[in-house]
Amino acid sequence: MRPKPLLRRVVILLIILSLAACSRPGEEQQALPENELRAVIGFTVSKTGSLNVESTRQTNGLELWIKQINEAGGIKLKDGRVVKFEAKFYDDESQKDRVQQLYTRLAIKDNAAFLVSPYSSGLADAAAVVAEQYSKIMITTGAASDSTYQRGFSMVYQVYSPASRYLTGAVDLLKAGDPAARRIAIIHENDKFSTDVANAVKAYAVDLGYEVVFFEGYDTGTSDFAPFINKIESSSPDAILGGGHFQDGTTFAKQLYEKQVAVKMVALLVAPPEDSFVEIGDAAQGIIGPSQWEPQVNFTAEGAAKQNLSYFGPSSAEFIAGYQALFQEAPTYHAAGGYAAGLILQQAIESTGSLDTVQIKAALDQMNIMTFFGHILFDTHPDSHGLQVGHSMVYIQWQGDPSLSLEKEVIWPLEGATAELVYPLR
Amino acid sequence: MSLRRAPGFWLLLAVTLAIGLLPIVTGNPMVRETLYTIYLAIALAGSLNIILGYTGYISFGHVVFFGLGGYVGLYLISSFNTSIWLAILAGGVAAGLLAFLLGSAILRLRGAYFALATIGINEAMRAFVNNFPPFGGPTGISLHFSVYQPYGGATQALWLDYGILVALTLASILLSYLVKSSKFGLGLMAIREDEDAAEVMGIHTTQSKTWAYLLSAIIPGMLGVLYYFKNSSIEPSDAFNLASSIELLVMVMLGGSGTVLGPVIGAAGYEILRGYLLLSRLFRDIQLTVSGLLLLLVVLFIPQGAVGWLTRRYPRLRQVII
Amino acid sequence: MQYLVDGLLIGCVYGLAAMGMTLIWGVMDVINLAHGIMITLGSFGVYLLATSLGMNPYLALIIAGAVGLLAGMGIYKIAIQKVLDTSHLSTLLATFSVNMILLGLATQAFSTNPRSLDIDLGSITIGSVTVQVTRLLAALVSVLIAAGLTLFLKRTTPGKYIRAITDNRAAAELVGIPSQRMLAFSFGLGTLLAVMAGGLIATFFPFTVLSGDAYQLKSFVIVVLGGLGNPIGALLGGLVLGVLEGILPAFMSTSWVPVIEFVLFVVILLFKPTGLFGVKK
Repeated sequence: MRPKPLLRRVVILLIILSLAACSRPGEEQQALPENELRAVIGFTVSKTGSLNVESTRQTNGLELWIKQINEAGGIKLKDGRVVKFEAKFYDDESQKDRVQQLYTRLAIKDNAAFLVSPYSSGLADAAAVVAEQYSKIMITTGAASDSTYQRGFSMVYQVYSPASRYLTGAVDLLKAGDPAARRIAIIHENDKFSTDVANAVKAYAVDLGYEVVFFEGYDTGTSDFAPFINKIESSSPDAILGGGHFQDGTTFAKQLYEKQVAVKMVALLVAPPEDSFVEIGDAAQGIIGPSQWEPQVNFTAEGAAKQNLSYFGPSSAEFIAGYQALFQEAPTYHAAGGYAAGLILQQAIESTGSLDTVQIKAALDQMNIMTFFGHILFDTHPDSHGLQVGHSMVYIQWQGDPSLSLEKEVIWPLEGATAELVYPLR
Repeated sequence: MSLRRAPGFWLLLAVTLAIGLLPIVTGNPMVRETLYTIYLAIALAGSLNIILGYTGYISFGHVVFFGLGGYVGLYLISSFNTSIWLAILAGGVAAGLLAFLLGSAILRLRGAYFALATIGINEAMRAFVNNFPPFGGPTGISLHFSVYQPYGGATQALWLDYGILVALTLASILLSYLVKSSKFGLGLMAIREDEDAAEVMGIHTTQSKTWAYLLSAIIPGMLGVLYYFKNSSIEPSDAFNLASSIELLVMVMLGGSGTVLGPVIGAAGYEILRGYLLLSRLFRDIQLTVSGLLLLLVVLFIPQGAVGWLTRRYPRLRQVII
Repeated sequence: MQYLVDGLLIGCVYGLAAMGMTLIWGVMDVINLAHGIMITLGSFGVYLLATSLGMNPYLALIIAGAVGLLAGMGIYKIAIQKVLDTSHLSTLLATFSVNMILLGLATQAFSTNPRSLDIDLGSITIGSVTVQVTRLLAALVSVLIAAGLTLFLKRTTPGKYIRAITDNRAAAELVGIPSQRMLAFSFGLGTLLAVMAGGLIATFFPFTVLSGDAYQLKSFVIVVLGGLGNPIGALLGGLVLGVLEGILPAFMSTSWVPVIEFVLFVVILLFKPTGLFGVKK
């Protein structure tokens, strides 16, 4: 049956119209005051795909910074001009190949002065190459993998604590909580970030004399951990460390509880610091997780002075208040990381009074400050250039009576702790 | 149609070359990047067309050749510092070898079974590479930035990469045309129309199909090396991404399968459309839905693709469109 | 033993999901690439009904199933009917485009936030084996539905019509069976099964908008294991897969299991395409 010619034409017309409607975004032509500059900060957001939630939060943090700095009148440069900032971003669909196309566009066409990475180590790694290829400074946030900084880049700087130091504190916690514990099971999602973390934890634990009785990875997207947990159980560990991202971490915690596995400490990546982690109910009790930043941990100018550091930027409370006002929700560490990326650029620009890439790079290489996010210091050795070596993780644990309510308490580092480690977890 | 009396082919080749040279002539990296994705798609779709369009076998997991080629190439570059030329060659050979070995087994299957088998192979390969330490397991292979030094730095390396891509795209168009206009190609199309009848008529179907599959795999293998060299890293989940295979199918269908021009138009059109949808403010947030809708409309109303529609509407174009 | 039981239970649900795909395939030779998103929508449907209306999830399953049936019939009429006998490629791309549309809309509506139904019915311990009640229930419901489907196909008139169309559509039309209506209904049945499987999965796994894809891949493997077009075969195939996934990790790293699965898949396609339980057509 041949479709009627008219119908066909209508369909083709529709297709053409939709194509025509997909006009390129018009460049906003606003007349700027004479001594004002606009610097474009380019990045991609995962508006669709699995990283969507965290990526949006990270972007929110960065946008908060941009809004605040612009409202404060921008940054004054040495030559008397004032620079304000503008965000330019695209949807990377949580996919690596899109990331590289889009960052190339940001670097060449949109003339970004600075680039910020997408969320997640995998995507940031892909974007970093482009930054280096086009000699643009990139601040990575939401990206903890060490391997990115071993690839010979010189323009890429990391905000987050790297994977190699992500979970090592959990071993310290175990040591402090139960000196007699010996057996550790390490699990990890089979992705760059989690694998890096797991390998680092394994090395650290072995160094401290622990026996790693189980070390295995699970594929991304696993939702049935039953066989995996069965295996872990048969190795009788004292503690289970590791994990991956939010969904698998939460599922794993839940199924671990359902199977009533007798283990004394559980520390998982990414999932426990999320407020929604507690929705798995009783299974959340006692679970520990490392976090890049928590609202309860307060870095102050006094604390900074004690470490011979200068404090830069707003306080934790100010950041939280500003975020809450703009987005009507409490910020998470993803948002804090996004904001910190902007803050870092701000410090570099203010200290050099210029936007010149070479000068900013020098400023970043020398940076050693305390912020609401923590200590910021970059490694400058060529084989690990840009690695974050100042910042360290805070550890939280869900404590309380599950039938009433569970609260997220900071248990490590001891200086910022709001509660003590609960061991064994139940 | 011999090469000499095929104006459509020469025209297509010339246009592809001219547009491909544009960024090199103007030295504009933005144009180069835009054309990179388009030409990559054209070359891949054109290769797929050999097994899909000419032979009628739906290769659902065609990305496996692209991914394997990429892995082999990057492995050689990162472990042995081989030159890009050798790596590309190795990628093509590896992909061809895989096609040959697999083809002899799965080309016995027909229709949906073959399609499923190609999916199974892609997934099996992905799961395998995920566990294969020399290929970096789940974290894949990352190149150290200094790999670009032998080519004069990253900027030069990117231009070289693009240049080779254009050359491979032209090669794929040439290959497609040569297959189509040869007796071998006629055999393939006979298989597509009615395999049993073709067998009866004396065509060595198994041999022909295997050759078609092999030919359809070599260029994607080489392209894999180029692409991942540019991206400087490769991971199992991207290298063997089933969705990319399906996108290739869409491109071939959009343009008109079984023709030389079809995959070119289909691939170019699809990539340009996706580019717009990603960047346009209006469609940015719902681009997946819109793409799906457009695809459905095309499948329902213009299944013969752009080329098919054009030649039906303007029969005189049949002399030119190949 | 624990490994085996876990595998069997989850296998039932996998099997239910695969039944939907194999039914559609068997009846109209169409590989439904929108299968995964239907599973996802089933999960979301039950989740929404349970959380916003406080409905019992197992009850919500029935409603979700009914909606799934209607939706499937709608999808058939709009996207599939026209290209039904044209070419495999067309039907594949038609269902794929439906997948893209639904996935795009679902992502808009639900974002990629993971959801979970916090159902705690405790666990039962028999001997050395501990089993979650939710998983046990899900397996039972799957088997019930599978049995229901088989009865439907064997005993009822519409069921017989469907079997007739599967065997030989032209002949069926000759004897007056309303084939288009039955085809639409069959497609709807297929999506109903997918939706219900998704709903059951929601009772014990968390899920996101993207979860359905993994189950769709498993369904491919199961459909081939069980024999194309054979619903009971699909259930059995699901059990086989579930048991494999449950037991293999005891002998090897868990990440090798998919390799085994897919190699097995290809091997069966090559050497026994009618499946382990398939009947020669």
